[in-house]
Amino acid sequence: MSADYQKISQDGLWTNNVALVQLLGLCPLLAVTGTFINGLGLGLATLLTLILSNASVSAIRHWVRPEIRIPVFVLIIASIVTIIEMLMHAWVPGLYNILGIFIPLIVTNCSIIARAESFAAKNPVLPSVIDGFMMGAGFLLVLVVLGGLRELIGFGTLLDHSYLMFGETARSWTLSFADGYRGFLLAVLPPGAFIGLGLLIAGKNYIELRKTKHQTVKLQPVIENSSTA
Amino acid sequence: MQFNSATSSPHMMRDDGISQLMLQLLFALTPGAIAMFYFFGWGVVFNLIVAISTALIAEAAVLRLRQREIKNTLLDLSAVVTACLLALALPPLAPWWLTLVATLFAILLGKHLYGGLGFNPFNPAMVGYVVVMISFPREMTFWLLPSTINPAALGFIDSFNLTFFSQLPAAMSWDSISSATLLDGIKNHLSQGHLLSSIDTNQQLGNLFGKLAGNGWEWINLCYLAGGLWLFKNRIIDWRIPLGLISSLSLLSLLFYLIDSEQYLSPSTHLLSGGIMLAAFFIATDPVSASTTPRGRIIFGAGIGVFIYIIRQWGGYPDGIAFAVLLMNMAAPLIDYYTVPAAFGKRDQS
Repeated sequence: MSADYQKISQDGLWTNNVALVQLLGLCPLLAVTGTFINGLGLGLATLLTLILSNASVSAIRHWVRPEIRIPVFVLIIASIVTIIEMLMHAWVPGLYNILGIFIPLIVTNCSIIARAESFAAKNPVLPSVIDGFMMGAGFLLVLVVLGGLRELIGFGTLLDHSYLMFGETARSWTLSFADGYRGFLLAVLPPGAFIGLGLLIAGKNYIELRKTKHQTVKLQPVIENSSTA
Repeated sequence: MQFNSATSSPHMMRDDGISQLMLQLLFALTPGAIAMFYFFGWGVVFNLIVAISTALIAEAAVLRLRQREIKNTLLDLSAVVTACLLALALPPLAPWWLTLVATLFAILLGKHLYGGLGFNPFNPAMVGYVVVMISFPREMTFWLLPSTINPAALGFIDSFNLTFFSQLPAAMSWDSISSATLLDGIKNHLSQGHLLSSIDTNQQLGNLFGKLAGNGWEWINLCYLAGGLWLFKNRIIDWRIPLGLISSLSLLSLLFYLIDSEQYLSPSTHLLSGGIMLAAFFIATDPVSASTTPRGRIIFGAGIGVFIYIIRQWGGYPDGIAFAVLLMNMAAPLIDYYTVPAAFGKRDQS
């Protein structure tokens, strides 16, 4: 069983990463990763949504008829996102204002309903929770890396505005790397998000390619099966 | 007539390859480049040096990474042409890193990410230009007065220090060296509610005007025009794109000039300001990213002219050649699709 969890984790974090491989949820990914903290905020909200929605969908999977499962999933996800939105409004109002429409839009993040449909609806609660956590963590990782890169190149800082999330004590957390750096605006503008994501995907593919080069290539016979078409 | 081999068209080929073509392009660029050097000083030369060396190194590095042949590809000179077009478009006082960033983006993102020469949908030089234009708006205003009317023209040493070390000559400030270009100045003038006829009362702007257009700029543009006509005579570029661009820009500017000459610049000023001739003959005619059908080329050129006028007159930037070229690059496949020439013997259905 533990090997199973290992596979789930590896899928979520790397081989089937939501952002880098499935290319799901790109709209918020590209829109809010202007800074590290924005990425972290939205990433955590999405992570929490994924865990909760996977858990609930998995828990009720025996009672939901397949004909109506999609509306039921959507209702569950929408309620969870609404709760998270209200929580963020109450506890991190600054971040809530910056992320704006992209918090309620977590509902429409394809990766959430995709996990509910393809994993949680067919598996017990615990694996579903772990799957949600790992998928969310993979997404969070990409958001944070992309946000960090764009902030670093765009403004020359890291962790700027972290007080929005961690309170007043975090005001001094901002790391500034180059004094007098006037910033590279392109990185913070929308084209920077597209270029950055493209380079991240290219980097992942490059690492994969190098890994497979070291292994001997095993050719699998292609099975033509007309019944599955 | 005997066919030796079954090759695809075109069957009649010039015996010169890409590098000959590029050499002729570079040759045609020289009058304009010399004029720019005359009017704007050593900064132009430094821009060219930085851009060309960056382009060659970047291209060699990418080719190595892609495991392609390096020497022959570098010798086709296409990277050098891209670098020259870019360097001539950048402001003469641009710091070295600005030119470096622009060239890197042009060669790496604009050209090689799409597969190298022949595969890039956008004009690489303009990609690089737009990147620095939206990223470093302050540095992109580092133009200076043409040497003919500049009391404080910079010498070789001063320009060198400025370009490579951002060091201003003693007892000089940015404001005393740099100057708005004509298009920039007029945009400001109009946005403050002044009329064009009151330009002579504005000391600085009045100076910037020459006989036909911007002081100095008119000669630079005429030199590019001469180089372009030479290219046309040698059948290196097609006449349709420059003609489309120039005629659409003239018609539009003439129309608005006739309606209200207090608010809209005359066609001659439009045509001989900024980089219009450089764009019309050298940039828009890039055979890779432009439209390829005969009718399509006219539409392509005309579209660029229209966009240039719109951006100049109502946009946020003083000049919009780079944006106009990229927008029409994007439209080129669509234009080609709708303007496929009728095959010989068929009646044109459209």
